[in-house]
Amino acid sequence: MNGAHDLGGVHGFGPVVSEANEPTFHADWEGRVFALTLAAGRAGQWNIDMGRFARENRPPADYYAKSYYEIWLAGLEAMLAERDLVSANEIDVGRPLGEPKKVAAILQHGSVAAALHSGRPTERPASVPARFRIGDRVRAKNIHPTTHTRLPRYVRGRPGTIERLCGYHVFPDTNALGQGENPQWLYTVRFDARDLWGPEADQMLKVSVDAWEPYLEIADP
Amino acid sequence: MPHEHEHEHGGSHLSDVELRVRALESVLLQKGYIDPAAIDLLIESYEKKIGPRNGARVVAKAWVDQEFKQRLLAEPAQTLASLGYAGMQGEHTTVVENTPKLHNMVVCTLCSCYPWPVLGLPPVWYKSGPYRSRAVMDPRGVLCDFGVELPDDTEIRVWDSTAEMRYLVLPMRPLGTEAWSEERLASLVTRDCMIGTGLPQITEGTAP
Repeated sequence: MNGAHDLGGVHGFGPVVSEANEPTFHADWEGRVFALTLAAGRAGQWNIDMGRFARENRPPADYYAKSYYEIWLAGLEAMLAERDLVSANEIDVGRPLGEPKKVAAILQHGSVAAALHSGRPTERPASVPARFRIGDRVRAKNIHPTTHTRLPRYVRGRPGTIERLCGYHVFPDTNALGQGENPQWLYTVRFDARDLWGPEADQMLKVSVDAWEPYLEIADP
Repeated sequence: MPHEHEHEHGGSHLSDVELRVRALESVLLQKGYIDPAAIDLLIESYEKKIGPRNGARVVAKAWVDQEFKQRLLAEPAQTLASLGYAGMQGEHTTVVENTPKLHNMVVCTLCSCYPWPVLGLPPVWYKSGPYRSRAVMDPRGVLCDFGVELPDDTEIRVWDSTAEMRYLVLPMRPLGTEAWSEERLASLVTRDCMIGTGLPQITEGTAP
C-alpha cells in the first residue's frame, strides 16, 4: 500500500537526533508490547508480513501521531481482534468476555532461547531458475498495490542493475494476504542516485533495495 | 511524539497506553495465550544479552584475523552463527566492508529492519522519519547530523533493508591501533559504526 510508512525521499522531518546512552526500551510498557507481539505471534499464527501490514495499514495522521511501540500495540490489537482471539471490549474491561480459542502453540519460557536462536528463515528451495543475472539492467515496476508490498515508492519506475542473487524467498505480497509463501527469486538491485532523484543528486551515491522478481522487469534498451 | 494522559491508579501515575498494555497482557494471560515468564525472558534477552557488543566483538575479530574476515564476508550467516549470533532478524545477514573509497550505510525506509543478533533492537532515530526519509536521498546530510564528514570522492552506498536480508557494516580499523588487543579494539566499535552513521574514533575515554 502507498502508506505513511513508505518514507524514502519524504521531506520535512528535520534532522536525525540521536540519544546518548539510549535504553533498549524507554518505558516498561514498550518492552511488554515488544515481547507480547513476539509471543502472541506464536499463538495467533500470523506471519511477519501480516504483522508488518497490520502496523502500516492505518491513516497517515494516525501513523505519524503514534510512537513506534504505540504502532506495534495498535497492530497487535488489530491482529488479535481480526482472529477473534482478543476483542477491543475485552481490553477495555481487562478481562475475557468469552471462552478462549484453541491455539496451536504458546511460547513457553523454556523455548524462548531456542525460538530466538532459530529465528524464521525465509529462504526456500528454488523450483524455477532465476530470470535475471548479475549485471542485468532492470526496472522496478510502476505498481501500486493497495495491499502489503515491499517495493518502496522511490524506486518504482526507476532503472537499476542486478547486483546479487539473494536466493529464493517467501514473497511478502501474497504471504501478508494469507495466500501462501509463494517464494520468488530475490535480488539486490543497485540504483544510481541520479536515476532516483534527478541530475542534481550526489553522483557518488548508490542506493540498493532487495527486490523480488515480480517487482522487476527488463529495462528498456 | 504526543504526550500521554496521566491517571491516578493505585497510588501511581499510569498513562493511557500503560493501562491499555496492562489490560491486554492480563487478557492474554487469562485466556492462556501467553506464558508470563516467557514475556519477561524476551525482554531481558534484548535488554541484557542481545546488543551491539555482539557486533563489536565480530568487527574486532575481523580486524585482527584476516582469515576470519574473509569467511565473514564470504559466508556471513554461517560465520556469525559460529560465534553464537544467529536467529531472529538475523537469519540472512550480509556484512558490507568500508574501504577508503566506499562507505556503507544501512536503513529500512519501510519499517525498522535491523540485524538483531549482532546489534540488538534499533535505536529510536533508526526507526524515525528523519532517518528513514533522508538516508536514501541525502546520506551526507544525515552523516553531518552525526558529526561525520566523508571526502567528496568517497562513494556512499546505502542498503535499504526491504526484504529479510540484514546488513552489518564492517568499519575501517583506525590507524594507530596496530598493537591493540581484540578486546580493546572492540571498545572502539560503536553501534553507529556498524550501521554506517559513525566511524570508530580513538578518544581519551577509550578503554585502555
